[in-house]
Amino acid sequence: MSERVSARPPVDRPRAGPAPVASSGRTRTPLGWWRNPWRRPYVLGTVTWMYLAWSLLPVLIAIGISFSAGRSNAVWQGFSTQWWWGHPKSDPTGALFVSPELHAALIQSLRLSFLTMFIAVPIGVAFAIGISRWRGPAPAGANFLMLFSFVIPEIIIGISMFLFFTYLLKFVHLGTGAQLLSLVTYQVSYPVIIVRARMLSIGKEYEEAATDLGASPTQAVRRVLLPLLYPAILVSFVLVFADTIDDFITVRYLSGGASTEPLSVKIYNFSRGTLTPAVNAAATFLLISTLVIALLGVFLYRRITRGQRGQTKEMTGYLS
Amino acid sequence: MRVLPRKRPREEATGGWYPRWYWPGFALPGSLWILLLFVLPFYVVVSIAFGTVDPVFQSPLPVYEPWWWTSRYLLEEWHFVTGEFRAVELRTLAYVVLATAICLVIAYAVAYYVARFGGKRKGLFLVLLIAPFFISYLMRMLSWVELLQPNGYVNSVLTFLHITPHPINWLAGVPFTVVLGLVYGYVPYMILPLYGFLDRIDQSHLEAGRDLGANPFWTFVRVTLPLSKPAILASLVIVTLPMFGDYYTNNLLSGSPKTTMFGNLLDNAMEATGQGPEAAVLVLFLVVFLMIPMLYYMRETAKAQRNQ
Repeated sequence: MSERVSARPPVDRPRAGPAPVASSGRTRTPLGWWRNPWRRPYVLGTVTWMYLAWSLLPVLIAIGISFSAGRSNAVWQGFSTQWWWGHPKSDPTGALFVSPELHAALIQSLRLSFLTMFIAVPIGVAFAIGISRWRGPAPAGANFLMLFSFVIPEIIIGISMFLFFTYLLKFVHLGTGAQLLSLVTYQVSYPVIIVRARMLSIGKEYEEAATDLGASPTQAVRRVLLPLLYPAILVSFVLVFADTIDDFITVRYLSGGASTEPLSVKIYNFSRGTLTPAVNAAATFLLISTLVIALLGVFLYRRITRGQRGQTKEMTGYLS
Repeated sequence: MRVLPRKRPREEATGGWYPRWYWPGFALPGSLWILLLFVLPFYVVVSIAFGTVDPVFQSPLPVYEPWWWTSRYLLEEWHFVTGEFRAVELRTLAYVVLATAICLVIAYAVAYYVARFGGKRKGLFLVLLIAPFFISYLMRMLSWVELLQPNGYVNSVLTFLHITPHPINWLAGVPFTVVLGLVYGYVPYMILPLYGFLDRIDQSHLEAGRDLGANPFWTFVRVTLPLSKPAILASLVIVTLPMFGDYYTNNLLSGSPKTTMFGNLLDNAMEATGQGPEAAVLVLFLVVFLMIPMLYYMRETAKAQRNQ
């Protein structure tokens, strides 16, 4: 707008902008306003903003309730951090960082997420590299199975893993080991899908150039291909972490006891029974840890892709 | 005298020389993992579904040899699925169809607005649309459990505005609450794929529609909508697949047998002892029922990889 005011006269060029129609009498009546094809999309805009409010406000309220001073989880009763760090006057066993049960669950959540991330991502990245370059029917079959584990409803993974560890692989006891094996199985397809897409868009030329210039296959992968894949690998780390720390469907059947239940399973169990703001604090903690990892990811992503254009767009492309 | 560069014979398509097991070696750990921990567990499920039960302990005895398989449990469960559970299946179907339809309307409107009219705010919109991905599903459900309680904020607003004289007990098996929960839970997963597609639609198609005399409505119906059909189908599948296995939304927001869905049957079978065969057979039924949408989704994912 400001350009037009300062610079050239606006009249000599035919425009398709809103001005000529808005000045004609057609838009004065409500019907004319409605029919004006150049009016701004108020209805869609309202729907979008209402959707955003509807999708995010309840969560903000829930976060607020974790800082409530009362026992109720339906209404906020003054500010306090008693459900996080406890309070000398209140029952200290209910607070997130004080209650031994919740504290153990918190550690278990973090342990499972980090281990899953560091097992699933390398396996998935290597798999994606392998099947993109290896020719023949075998990689197609392997990729088919990998995609199958991605699209199948999660409860099916949970049930089949439970039956597997109870009836066939009996030496794996329900608990951290079984949880970890199942989580990696469910998560390994994320890096595969993301990295494979990137492999296909990179093409073979860079590696060919490297080998033509005398690099060994290992050097070509390590010094040329992997750096090109760093952004995709980073996105995989963040997504796998975010998805694992929230996971309760697979893990719930494989906990084998209250001591190995992560925070997400505790939240699920409490949500069906006695709710206190400590449950909100636990959920908020999961959210904060995801955000920390995501921000770390964004920061590293910026550093890696410095000077490359169109990378932000690609990052959102991974999610869709 | 200048020497023209001699034409080199074309190298092998792979560039340098790679050992034969080089690339398969990369794929080996992942392939083994998927075979041992995805395919094999599923084989155990099938073996239990076609197996027998220990006569003393009532625990399932999986039968791993296909030639000893018995279809006793399969038939028994089929009897339930076509008889006693029929109401549950119809209810599941109704909830899923209703929730998906509402999801589609909301998601399409939002994705369309952000893709076409987002303008300078597109980045902000995207951050807000991606935010639910990083908030756990549990927390999003939990916040509704709290809002909808008898003394929660929804009821206080409704009674304050005199819309209802008494607080409504939303969490006592109200189908509306469950469908709302499903919509709320899954709509973000629909918006992003739709947005990704609508954002790529060439504006000149729409301009052509308008130039040829169509008003905005008909341009949308005749141009945008047909163009986005693949994206709509894909997003429908993305959302319905997990909904058919969903038991948690229902358990958290209702927990009443009046709103039981198919996922709850699976979950109940898992929680009761000695129900291994039942859970296994139900899993088998669900996989067969969802096979076509799953294959479709896999094909679309593979296609999207190639086009990126």
